[in-house]
Amino acid sequence: MEQTKTSSGKWKTVLILLLICVLIAVIPLAINKDSEFGGADGAAEDAISEIDPDYEVWASPVLEPPGGETESLLFCLQAAIGSGIFFYFFGVMRERHRKEAGNQQ
Amino acid sequence: MTKKQRKLVVAASAFALGFGIMPAANAMHIMEGYLPISHAIGWGAVCIPFLLAGLFSIKKTVSEHRRTLTILAMVGAYAFVLSSLKIPSVTGSSSHPTGTGLGAILFGPCAMSVLGIIVLLFQAILLAHGGLTTLGANTFSMAIAGPFVSYGVFKLATKLKCPKLVSVFLAAFLGDLFTYCVTSVQLGMAHPGTNGVAGSSLEFLGIFAVTQIPLAVIEGILTAIVIMGLETYAKSELTDLGYFKKGGLA
Repeated sequence: MEQTKTSSGKWKTVLILLLICVLIAVIPLAINKDSEFGGADGAAEDAISEIDPDYEVWASPVLEPPGGETESLLFCLQAAIGSGIFFYFFGVMRERHRKEAGNQQ
Repeated sequence: MTKKQRKLVVAASAFALGFGIMPAANAMHIMEGYLPISHAIGWGAVCIPFLLAGLFSIKKTVSEHRRTLTILAMVGAYAFVLSSLKIPSVTGSSSHPTGTGLGAILFGPCAMSVLGIIVLLFQAILLAHGGLTTLGANTFSMAIAGPFVSYGVFKLATKLKCPKLVSVFLAAFLGDLFTYCVTSVQLGMAHPGTNGVAGSSLEFLGIFAVTQIPLAVIEGILTAIVIMGLETYAKSELTDLGYFKKGGLA
């Protein structure tokens, strides 16, 4: 299937697929207008205190970001480091592929 | 695996079984301190054989095909990025994908357990997300159970002659979803309350799994896109990893 597709056809597929991903993430925002979209783990914490009211949390995180801003910084860093590594190698491989294709001509 | 390595894995498995926990029993991240000590230690012990097998499997793959190291770094980085993206979901809460399906498809489920625990450690230590006491349980759900499902689904779908990209989508989608099902069961086992383990697990499933469905679809799509890119630009590495073999991977 893939072999027959031209390069521009592939790009089109990728764009459409990415658009679908964006829609899946955006639609909930439109549906649940009053929600703050807290973490599902926070919701689970509430559920635990309801199910198991006597449970005592016996450990706390070693380092807790002081606030939302610092936390988002660290999450950004995680994404930045990850995508940096990922796309560096992707670029290297794309260039190699381009050179190989050039040699065959 | 060499003989010595196999012995180590077997010894670690025996150690895990010694804790009276069946690895076959069903494991987002469980928050720090929210599992009783016995559960924390038990899940940790269950993970050890998988991690050892993973280290050996990575060593073997990389020593046989040195250039696959690049792809290994990429699948690790992919899990790093995806697990940092907290995406809003239909339930009104947010969660993040796991990003472990890609690595499980290419390197096998055990190798992914090693990469997964690195991501979890980063989040537990620096981000107060997940936790060190719950590292074992979270590793089991995200880095072991999820990848095993992804790997199994990919092999099965390829055998059934599904188009490759459809198999990749299904593998990543179901692996992601299964991770959170295991998390729910782990929490249900730790906090049965008055509903019992099953009832309590169901309640957590309602929180985690339902939130996760749309995110798992996103992960499935993204993973298929990445594989499309790798098929084009990293054909030689994917061949080394056995990706193009008929009926799945080595």
